[in-house]
Amino acid sequence: MTNDKDSPPADPGNYDAYFTSKENDLRWYREMLRIRRFEEMAARSYTRGKISGFLHLYIGQEAIAVATKEVLEPQDRVVSTYRTHGFAIALGSSPGACMAEMYGKATGLVAGVGGSMHFFDRDNQLWGGYAIIGNHVPVATGHAFASKYLGDDGVTFCFLGDGALAIGPTHEGWTLAGLWKLPIVFVVENNRYSMGTPLERSIPVSDVTVKAPGYNMASDRFRVTSVAETAERLAAAAKLAREESRPVLVELITYRFRGHSMSDPAKYRNRDEVAESRSWDPLERTYNALMHKHGMTEEALEELDDEVVAEMEAAVEFAENSPVPEPSARFKNILVEES
Amino acid sequence: MPEIQIRHAIRDAMREEMTRDDRVFLMGEEVGHYKGAYKCSEGLLEEFGERRVIDTPIAETGFAGVGIGAAMAGLRPIIEFMTFNFSAVAFDQILNNAAKIHHMTNGQHSVPMVFRGPNAGAHMLGSTHSQAFEPFYAHIPGLIVVAVATPYDAKGLLKTAIRDPNPVIFLESELMYGVKGEVPEEEYLIPFGVADTKRAGDDVTVITWGQGVPVALKAAELAAEQGIECDVIDLRTLRPLDMESVLESVRRTNRAIVLFHGWPYGGVGCEIIAQIQEKAFDHLDAPVLRVCYEDVPMPYAENLENLVLPTPERGLAAIREVSYAR
Repeated sequence: MTNDKDSPPADPGNYDAYFTSKENDLRWYREMLRIRRFEEMAARSYTRGKISGFLHLYIGQEAIAVATKEVLEPQDRVVSTYRTHGFAIALGSSPGACMAEMYGKATGLVAGVGGSMHFFDRDNQLWGGYAIIGNHVPVATGHAFASKYLGDDGVTFCFLGDGALAIGPTHEGWTLAGLWKLPIVFVVENNRYSMGTPLERSIPVSDVTVKAPGYNMASDRFRVTSVAETAERLAAAAKLAREESRPVLVELITYRFRGHSMSDPAKYRNRDEVAESRSWDPLERTYNALMHKHGMTEEALEELDDEVVAEMEAAVEFAENSPVPEPSARFKNILVEES
Repeated sequence: MPEIQIRHAIRDAMREEMTRDDRVFLMGEEVGHYKGAYKCSEGLLEEFGERRVIDTPIAETGFAGVGIGAAMAGLRPIIEFMTFNFSAVAFDQILNNAAKIHHMTNGQHSVPMVFRGPNAGAHMLGSTHSQAFEPFYAHIPGLIVVAVATPYDAKGLLKTAIRDPNPVIFLESELMYGVKGEVPEEEYLIPFGVADTKRAGDDVTVITWGQGVPVALKAAELAAEQGIECDVIDLRTLRPLDMESVLESVRRTNRAIVLFHGWPYGGVGCEIIAQIQEKAFDHLDAPVLRVCYEDVPMPYAENLENLVLPTPERGLAAIREVSYAR
């Protein structure tokens, strides 16, 4: 696999590279838009005091979740972090259940016990939802261990942020995955900031994939500018993991357009950097490709947007109108009672 | 009935459960080719192969987490810590993943697995290798905590632990792996949450578990020589706790001590005493005392270590004190 895509293609306005059929581009645009509008509604509800706790938005990184859904086989698993709404929406979780989870309602994805940071939706292949940095890496490695043990041909996709690169569990999970040649793809979503600390002040190298050989992992590294390219390269990584039973490290250069969480105004980033990153926004670029390459009208795209907004407003309404958990719910699921 | 050592009772339990269920595997440092640091897995690699008896590098966070992830995906891991002192570096995995997953996923996932290994002070290992971990783990909702002191209990409870759908902390003793006892040849299981009276008496209740059990039994023997008969209750599981057995005894004896390996401050001993005073206050004729480690890091020097450890003599002194014996 290549390891040479440090710099982006020259022109963010070039829609020939990595924009495909109208059908695909439109579908992916819609999925990315669903995530963005969901996140915007969540932010609005947070500002209105309807959602508490911590709220970490996926705005800017949507293409990654949509591309992951594209390459997933039914027996595969996705393990993610506390910035996980995008995966839930992309993988097929009900936006209403996701929103209700953040509202602390009984109809939430995990019945209101988890909140924004602990999304789990096993039926849709989302295996977390982990909010202690790096501690999901060994767990995801264990899922891959089980796949190999049982011979189920499954690949585990373990997502982590660049902020999880310094902590110990990441190293131990990668060590065991490499040692035991497990079918797992570790995807570092490098959005360049570990909360407010830029990468250059949190890890000693700028190219994360230089670590890969130390764990006997293949690697790939590129800037996320479209669903198509991201899906193509994640699929290649998954193929290697599945067919050769070995871990692969993929570093995705991406950007969150909002702060780390709702309480972070992100004053540590300068305007030029944000503007440059926004020019590569896969959602914006797909919008432009739909207009300029596929000949869609602004009105048609606006109509689509209205549909998506209506879907997410319905999710908010569902959350607002859902009941809170029964008092007795706090005693549920502490131990499995039946053997 | 054949007499076997605790290490072999543990091995036999694992072998039987691995034979019964292909999902069960053993993972840890030196469990395979080395046959276990304390030889608890002798013969298992030869019998089950490297797929199911898996040597790990020194990476407790890593392999504890792998066990959790494998359990979530349908396997039944047995994770061996060479000593529970090393579980400290995997504490986040146990606290935040093993104990929380079932709850946090609203029951979508469970974590059926066992973390096992020796616990508490052995002999002259110094402060970092002499700690008792039951207060840390018994504190956490979502875990089951077992401590065994005989081959019979070790085998019956380990089999139950391996079959249980929850994460189980299974505490053994380095000093006691060679302890022999009778174990039936036919299969048996011991349920969690059932204490065992290891010696019967009506004068003083001695509550104990794990490595404390032989000390408590010796103390009870010394007390009997002075005419004080003790009920020695081995709790066997610390979460869930069989308080009914403790309370039944205390209501009969009206006096109790708790004897265990571990620090006094904020421990399982405190929990037991708290529950006794909540539920049997009117039955007490004396304050309930603790016999355990002194509240200091374990020193290496033999004379100092002996001063810190609970001994039959200190147990006897406490039994006499609650009996107001002069």
